[in-house]
Amino acid sequence: MAAIEAGVRCYFGYPITPQSDIPEYLSRELPKTGGTFIQVESEIAAINMVLGASAAGVRAMTSSSGPGISLKQEGISYMAGSELPGVIVDIMRQGPGLGGIDASQADYYQATRGGGHGGYRIIVLAPNSVQEMYDLTMLAFDLSDIYRIPAMVLADSVIGQMKESVTANPRPTTVLPEKNWAVRGRGEGEQQNVVKSLKLGDGEMEAFHWAMHARYQELGEKESRWEEYRTEDADLIVTAFGSTARIARTAVEMAREAGHKVGLLRPITLFPFPKQVYEALSQRCKRFLDIELSTGQMVDDVRLSIARDAEVDFYGRPPGAGSLPTPEELYEQIKKRY
Amino acid sequence: MRHDVFISGYGGQGVLLAGNLLSYAAIHEGNNVSFFPAYGVEKRGGSAMCTVVFAEGDTGSPVVGHPSVTVVLNQLSFDKYAAKVKQGGVCIVNSSLVDSAEVEIPGVEMVRVPMNQLALDLGDVRMVNMVACGAYAAKTGSLSLDSLGEALKKALPERNHRLIPANVRAIAAGAAAVIG
Repeated sequence: MAAIEAGVRCYFGYPITPQSDIPEYLSRELPKTGGTFIQVESEIAAINMVLGASAAGVRAMTSSSGPGISLKQEGISYMAGSELPGVIVDIMRQGPGLGGIDASQADYYQATRGGGHGGYRIIVLAPNSVQEMYDLTMLAFDLSDIYRIPAMVLADSVIGQMKESVTANPRPTTVLPEKNWAVRGRGEGEQQNVVKSLKLGDGEMEAFHWAMHARYQELGEKESRWEEYRTEDADLIVTAFGSTARIARTAVEMAREAGHKVGLLRPITLFPFPKQVYEALSQRCKRFLDIELSTGQMVDDVRLSIARDAEVDFYGRPPGAGSLPTPEELYEQIKKRY
Repeated sequence: MRHDVFISGYGGQGVLLAGNLLSYAAIHEGNNVSFFPAYGVEKRGGSAMCTVVFAEGDTGSPVVGHPSVTVVLNQLSFDKYAAKVKQGGVCIVNSSLVDSAEVEIPGVEMVRVPMNQLALDLGDVRMVNMVACGAYAAKTGSLSLDSLGEALKKALPERNHRLIPANVRAIAAGAAAVIG
């Protein structure tokens, strides 16, 4: 729904649980808007079609889960090398390998470290509700176009399978740059445009890497997003992303009701990681508790971001059937550390 | 005020449709809603559960450890989840399939409704989920029966709208059983 409102013209994908609701919806609705929906023969074909459509200058997307996202990494790397925008929705599932379909956050590293070869990063947005799935998908298209970096919406099967009431928001009125880099032959304009990731010229690759590095820095300064809940006087700050942050927030509310000064810090952008807020909050609050549906990945970014005299503790629930933590369970963990 | 209900049964009993129905009814009454399903890969016979949280404000966690109200449609669900009901909460039991006549849980109100029997009396055991929704709405007063009736238009695909009157009767039967 958000993708259509964001003006996506092409969706290419291959079914895999728990993301199949996305192609199911788009297969019905996208053609009505004149867009193209193709269920392709594999995830690799899908991401390469996204690359092709994006190179032609149109908004394109794909979606998948776990093994499918692994297959797409080659194409994402080529997109990053070609400075192409495009949106990838990743509804994480358990792994490694075929894993299972229950909720997991174990693909945080894969998403935030680029995932494929070549030392690139992609924009990673982590919704905590169906509403944010809607809002952040639109944002992903805009940021991806502005910075010419692929953008990923990273959620898990809780967000992927739940239904919630959504309020339709008008699209943010972002001024988007013209895609004057899109593939073009000599006959259509003054200049031929070629989109490629092969850079063999003397110093060309090094210059590309430093240019991208600068763009990642700019992203961090301008586009880091997060949500704070009652952090102003907190003695302990819980930090989590996505659905886990939803559960943690209720646990924090329980702690507040019991008179404990506990707050919640939820990164909304995972890349860029909002390190500035961790840095700022840890000047005053010296204790953090990071909670993830894994054995601990984001916790590394938290450690790198907080003040040197602040401490971060970790509570993890690696994926598995029935292994979702409850607010009551997280409240117990908070009490133990408070 | 925040309401939460956990519904559990086996695949084929319409647990997820019941959750959807309550969700649409809650939206109809102006709430924010969070519906979170969990089910086995089997089309029928596996376990099926869902949690519905609704509130005028923020719905908070979609996962609830100790639900205020739990609706159990089969024995397995009763054995597994009845003890998790919050102190002061309500456990609505399908007494047609759950042998809980003797079981009491301290601090939890047990409401026993012969849901399969009521659905069968109305002509189709598949309406067991509607009976359950009616019992929930009437027992808790958190949603009106009219809203459930309205919600059927959203929860059922158009081709099944001819079945709405029968489902409304099943909802009423479930409600009558707890008000009784």
